Amino acid sequence: MEAFTILAQEADKAAAAASSAGFAYGLAAIGPGIGIGYLVGKSVEAMARQPEAAGMVRTTMFLGIAFTEALALIGFVVFILIGL
Amino acid sequence: MNQSTATTVGFDSASVDPIEVQISLDMVKRAVYVTPLLAAIAAMIWDGPGATSALFAVGLVIVNFLLAAALVSGAARISVGLVMAATLFGYLIRLGLILVAFLLVRDANWISRPALGATIIVTHLGLLVWELKYVAISLAHAGIKPARP
Repeated sequence: MEAFTILAQEADKAAAAASSAGFAYGLAAIGPGIGIGYLVGKSVEAMARQPEAAGMVRTTMFLGIAFTEALALIGFVVFILIGL
Repeated sequence: MNQSTATTVGFDSASVDPIEVQISLDMVKRAVYVTPLLAAIAAMIWDGPGATSALFAVGLVIVNFLLAAALVSGAARISVGLVMAATLFGYLIRLGLILVAFLLVRDANWISRPALGATIIVTHLGLLVWELKYVAISLAHAGIKPARP
């Protein structure tokens, strides 16, 4: 009976670790999502105002997206280190 | 919106190169240069699984960049509005693909999680900063092509 209790407690701990890891990953993805939306929105606005600068805007936009995405990747790394 | 206005506001696919693809191919080239070094450092710290995890992480980062570039440049050929949608949905799709790739290999004995995580962050940020240096040079001195790394 005691073994079952210990097993159940371990399963609870594993489930809690997995759900908190998923929660951390989800939270970490929200910020970059907002950031990328804002960044691309402003870039589209800039390209619409000044189409001749589209090349430069797209270059900066792409690098900005990649930098913002690094935040989500940091969340992903925390996720893989915490559990699952 | 008539055709001429649409052409002015949108992208002319014939004259605009897929800049994102050029940038990501540049980063892939640099990634190829630094991959042996990263694998060696990971092997020193985390042994064999560290090296294979580092290789896997570099592969993930490269595929992520290429996929992002393909999505944005493909959408830009169609319309500016689609860039917004492609970027945001592309972000979700790419995060999902990275997660699926990790879940597929998480229990493999050749995976070291700390090595995988560290290499993903270091490679992603390192390649970006490296690329940014060249992009900054070319934006500051328009028309001057940066030298090869």
